[in-house]
Amino acid sequence: MTLRRPPSRAEIRRQRMEDLVTYPLDWLEERSGLVGGVRYFLFRNVPSDINWMQTLGSAALTAFLVQAITGVILAMYYQPTPQGAYPSIVNITNHLTLGWLVRGMHRWGASVFIILMFLHMGRVFLFGAYKYPRELNWIVGVLILVMGMMEGFTGYLLPWDQTAYWATVVGINLNGTAPFLGPWLAQFLRSGQEISAATLTRFYSLHMLLIPGAIMALIGLHLYLVIRLGVTSPPWSKEAAGMEPADAEPTPLRPGLTRPAPRGIAAAQAEPGGRE
Amino acid sequence: MEPEQPSPDTEHESLHEEAHLPPPSLWPIGFAVGIVVILVGLVINPELISVIGAIIATVFGFLWARDATAELRGQAIVVEPERRDLVEAGAGRTAPPADQQGAALPSPAEGGKIPRSRFLEGATLGLGGVIGGLITVPVAGFAVLPSFLRQEQHKVDMGEVNDYVLNRWYVATFLTDPSEGTVSRRAAFIRNNGTVSQGGKQVPSFTIISNRCTHLGCPTQANGPSGSILGLPSQTEHGKNGPVKLDPVVPAGYGCPCHGSQFDTEGNRTAGPAVRALDRYGFEIDNGRLILLSTYSVSRVVGTGAQAKIYKYKEAGPGEHVDGPEQWFYPLQPPHH
Repeated sequence: MTLRRPPSRAEIRRQRMEDLVTYPLDWLEERSGLVGGVRYFLFRNVPSDINWMQTLGSAALTAFLVQAITGVILAMYYQPTPQGAYPSIVNITNHLTLGWLVRGMHRWGASVFIILMFLHMGRVFLFGAYKYPRELNWIVGVLILVMGMMEGFTGYLLPWDQTAYWATVVGINLNGTAPFLGPWLAQFLRSGQEISAATLTRFYSLHMLLIPGAIMALIGLHLYLVIRLGVTSPPWSKEAAGMEPADAEPTPLRPGLTRPAPRGIAAAQAEPGGRE
Repeated sequence: MEPEQPSPDTEHESLHEEAHLPPPSLWPIGFAVGIVVILVGLVINPELISVIGAIIATVFGFLWARDATAELRGQAIVVEPERRDLVEAGAGRTAPPADQQGAALPSPAEGGKIPRSRFLEGATLGLGGVIGGLITVPVAGFAVLPSFLRQEQHKVDMGEVNDYVLNRWYVATFLTDPSEGTVSRRAAFIRNNGTVSQGGKQVPSFTIISNRCTHLGCPTQANGPSGSILGLPSQTEHGKNGPVKLDPVVPAGYGCPCHGSQFDTEGNRTAGPAVRALDRYGFEIDNGRLILLSTYSVSRVVGTGAQAKIYKYKEAGPGEHVDGPEQWFYPLQPPHH
């Protein structure tokens, strides 16, 4: 039997302060589960011997976010018309305050994004992190890489100078030489038989709406799979699969990893206590 | 034994045991009235009315905040429980508990109708699919079809035939569609070959070569002196499509700046990665004026000028073979004018 002394005034004040912080969070958590969700998303257990190489994915994500934010801001000043595109780029670069910086971030950040994706891909390959059960996430990552390159291709036209124009002519015609559907793809990209004002608006729309939307959706799927499947240990890890001591208690595996989980309606009906 | 007072941890846990409803409160209405009075006062009389509104909003805002934080300040919230009589199911009896007396919703008899849940599931998916299709099909069509349908042919008025000196090459620069602006600017290498007999009568003959490289579409340039070096000024024709600039040139052939393809003066490929001869424009003579029609592709040209034998093909994109086994890679060309 322990008798506790009554709390001092300082302790009561401290408790009050804590309540003041936790009350809004509790309010939010009770109604949305968001606090727990964010905690589940961000404060995951990872292998103890991961290293800096495993931050390349987050770095690529950061680069994408930089592209998204600077792109939105550039879109406030850019005009996707043959008459207005180049002058608006000149205006952004030379006249608007800090425009040179934001355009520079977007322009160089594009390369950074692609380079980081390749480095991330190399890390995943060399660590064998693409292997079962993470093959699907490799495929999703490849799709993100392809989408990133399409961003580069469509974004390159937008300054509408000679380099942009002729690089896009060559790029579209390269697509056009693909067997069978190539000529159709080229005509779709050109929005007709010749490059015109419609090509510029089409590339602008693809560049800032369609492809970024697809990339965001794929990143969401990518992260979902990372969280669901966990982070892999480096190949030299003592914790790597198959390295447990022989007498160790076998850890129970989640359903779905080694044995198929009952799914859907059949599973619900087979639930104990369910109506027969 | 129970501790006299709950530790902070259990107190925190207890927050989750029941719903945390704020008590019912009428103060927000007064607060809203105060805000309205402030805004009206800003228009009418900021010094008096707005101040009154501010006072109202402050007082009621304080009362509202007091209500909303009652739980945080440790006051018990008294919420009048909802009173509603149980609706009796059947004659004077309430429905049996869910886990007794079999299914509340009896299963359909053998050979009976589709269960309601299955019907709703199918209807949701089916209707969703139909609605999705009704929306997607026209939108996808709008995204794709305009690139392929109703491609307009641009006839370009290139000026008087007689302004083209016999057997002299010109680099002609023109707009195919003035409403599009300079993005529709094209160039062609043009030579007036005089006349050629066709079906027993003499018809004008022109060699009109598109400067679009047949490798990947860059603009080929004439290899040779032009303009002031020749002592020949450029001339401008005024046609329906706006001005057409004619630069006299003496080409040894044509070359592409992008990847180095070379062509002879008839457009035959002589070097580089291009896959066929340069395309040519069709033409017609209308009232003594030279009119450019659409382009066609050429595999090779034998001979020169009016006597040239041109192996013509339907217009193909740059980099596409029109003859040899490689042509089988491009069996279907998109609709063209």
